[in-house]
Amino acid sequence: MLELAGIHKRFGSVQALCGADFTLAQGEVHALLGENGAGKSTLMHVAYGLVRPDRGEVRLDGTARRISSPREARHLGIGMVHQHFTSVPALTVAENVALFAGWPVAPAQLRQRTRELSERLGLPLDPDQRAGRLSVALKQRLEIVKALAGDARVLLLDEPTAVLAPAEAEELLRMIRSFTTTGGSAVLITHKLDEALRAADRVTVLRHGAVTHTGSALGETATSLAEAMVGTEPGVPLVAQTRSRWPAPPLTRESIRLDALEVPRESGYGIALRHGALVVRAGEIVGVAAVEGNGQRELLRAVAGRIVPLRGKLQVVQPVGFIPEDRATEGLIPSLSLTENVVLGLGGDGPWVRRGRIVWREARSRTAELIREFDIAAPGPAVSAASLSGGNQQKLIIARELSRVPAVIVAENPTRGLDVAATAAIHGRLRSAAAAGAAVLFHSTDLDEVLLLADRVIVVSRGIISEAPLGASRTDIGAMMLSTEKDR
Amino acid sequence: MSDLRWALAAVALGLGMLAVGLEAAGYDAGAALGALWSGAFGSWDAFTSTTLVRSVPLILIGLGLAIAFRAGALNIGAEGQFYAGAIAATWIGLRVVDQPAPVAIAALLSGAALAGAAWVAIPAWLKLRFGVIEVISTLLLNFVAVALVSLMVQGPLQERGRIYPQSDPITEAARLPLLPGSRLHAGFVLALVGALILWAVFSKTLWGFRLRAVGVGPRAAEISGRIDSQRIGAMALLLSGAIAGLAGGMEVSGVSYALFQNLSPGYGFTGIAVALLAGLHPGGVLVAGILFGALEAGAGAMQRDAGVPAVAVYVVQAVVIIVALLATVPRDGQLSPRAILKRRALPPKAAD
Repeated sequence: MLELAGIHKRFGSVQALCGADFTLAQGEVHALLGENGAGKSTLMHVAYGLVRPDRGEVRLDGTARRISSPREARHLGIGMVHQHFTSVPALTVAENVALFAGWPVAPAQLRQRTRELSERLGLPLDPDQRAGRLSVALKQRLEIVKALAGDARVLLLDEPTAVLAPAEAEELLRMIRSFTTTGGSAVLITHKLDEALRAADRVTVLRHGAVTHTGSALGETATSLAEAMVGTEPGVPLVAQTRSRWPAPPLTRESIRLDALEVPRESGYGIALRHGALVVRAGEIVGVAAVEGNGQRELLRAVAGRIVPLRGKLQVVQPVGFIPEDRATEGLIPSLSLTENVVLGLGGDGPWVRRGRIVWREARSRTAELIREFDIAAPGPAVSAASLSGGNQQKLIIARELSRVPAVIVAENPTRGLDVAATAAIHGRLRSAAAAGAAVLFHSTDLDEVLLLADRVIVVSRGIISEAPLGASRTDIGAMMLSTEKDR
Repeated sequence: MSDLRWALAAVALGLGMLAVGLEAAGYDAGAALGALWSGAFGSWDAFTSTTLVRSVPLILIGLGLAIAFRAGALNIGAEGQFYAGAIAATWIGLRVVDQPAPVAIAALLSGAALAGAAWVAIPAWLKLRFGVIEVISTLLLNFVAVALVSLMVQGPLQERGRIYPQSDPITEAARLPLLPGSRLHAGFVLALVGALILWAVFSKTLWGFRLRAVGVGPRAAEISGRIDSQRIGAMALLLSGAIAGLAGGMEVSGVSYALFQNLSPGYGFTGIAVALLAGLHPGGVLVAGILFGALEAGAGAMQRDAGVPAVAVYVVQAVVIIVALLATVPRDGQLSPRAILKRRALPPKAAD
């Protein structure tokens, strides 16, 4: 009933989708699987009119359609539940539904209509409750009621169970099932393999914006799906083959050691990393493989000194160079000049600071040197960081962090969104820093990059660090990343 | 300097609107603007004794607010901090009778600065401890300060006769020296020096740079610069409060010699306009402060000589503030007129 054919989409330098095909049949639950950044959400945003594809066709019941807005999608009977809640907390349930569905506002009628709708859908909600006071599961329910308010036949759900407790997730999956048995069709975006296997009739796997697998869920196992998700192409060296690159461990000194480390979530609520134990030695590049939200960010930030651990031992040789995930808001200040951004990072450590005074002339000439040394495409140190391309901004951050001659380098997704040349340049910089004796700890959402760059891979899953065994294949690591509590 | 062009355009537009409004209301706009000009700049005496005297608190408050705004701390409470400083200055000025002038003046001014800082310390603490937005808390404390002044001049600080709602005059020793032949006090020199110091702090020191970084990119300042942005923000608030308090102290010590209600004709609020019109540059604050001082001075003359209500000048102030806001507030955003005008002329992004 819904067909997406040969969808291409490019965001700046990132090819999000390259020729993705997807077919949703009447009455089925179709799981859409893939790693972070594989293009799952983008593909569904195309169907929902949020993203206009560069090429490709969207067909509904066999007719080609140009869906240019969510309003149009809803008009055609397509509803979407987003990853993040989209209700107005201060408004009531009924007001939120009316706001979304475009109902005329007449309070008494509204309440009645909302009650009827939610009960008809088997998703009872109190129409007078304020959305902000609902529990997470009820907020989710409100999102679904909103999505179905316009008599949708197709429901797109973007990682709907990510925020739910297991029992709530089960109930949601049951609800999706009952929606499809009454004639609806649903797409379930997820990266939980067990969920896909349990809840879906068919499964499609995306990888780097293209479909690597599609078919019935019946014959599949978690292993076969994991393989399709993380891939098994030859050519990318596996961990075992690269292991011999660095000297035997006892010969170099320890640069990072953590023991029984417990780190809070960055948001401040809850524990992100438990009993963390890890040793990284000088000259070693350790890659962290993890699915987003499993504690890898907190691990890296604790090592970089950006999050204070709750308890446990954490020894890190200084100085530390830190390459944060978000260039434009954490790595640099776009409105400031390149020189100012270098001064920002190095602060009081820069040789141009004398008794609290900044000698800008010296900072400028050092920045000009870095521009040359790191091959940054910029007319000079006085231009604003905002005028550089993403790759050159990243090079500037790396130049700044390496210029302190760090004993430890911590990098989060150091090449996210960069083209091949910039990626290669940054990999080269990290490798040569390691060769010069720095310990490198990095994370990438792209497993290929982890395998390509790391001497040794560790996996963080649900806050637990485990070491990928020598000679572990991509599939083994993928399974470790996606493993559930039960499997362990 | 497109900042400067915007500022000039704002002032021209404001005066133009005033002229049109006066004509429409049946006044002789030419005569009114003439009176405005001669009241502000017409003679050496008008310039020094009214324009510059009125510009001193505006410059000081504008400088303090430039510090706060640069750090991203929106202190709207300079009026209250000014009064807190004035109360402290009066209290000290009535008690330092046996001291030599330098000691008396130093005591009065430092007490005023401390009082201003203490007044803003309440919102600063509320922000750090509970996340209370400083815009609201500093604004509300203005009313408290005004009420406190009225309590003081009818209670503990009321003059000996217990008739008028004002304090006794402060002792001679605690008064700022005047420029011979005028009413301009030494506080003007301090305002000039303050602008110079602040310019040096912003452009030459690591602390000043960190303060600017916190204002334009608080997250990057914390993550990449390892700057405690909360601390910098709180310090900026305290400093701006201290300077506003100092301005209140100088008004007592250099102009009024006594505390009374309505000591400030809204200096704390006009100071916000001064800081914004100046684009938060210390040098600009100096110019904008004198300009707004001139408007205040000219307004009196306009009422006296042309029969135009002095409040008409607020039209100019309001237009200037609106245009200045348009030009400067979304400093890096796409909404600023500069950005919109420049959009076509932007150089292409450098390629990888």
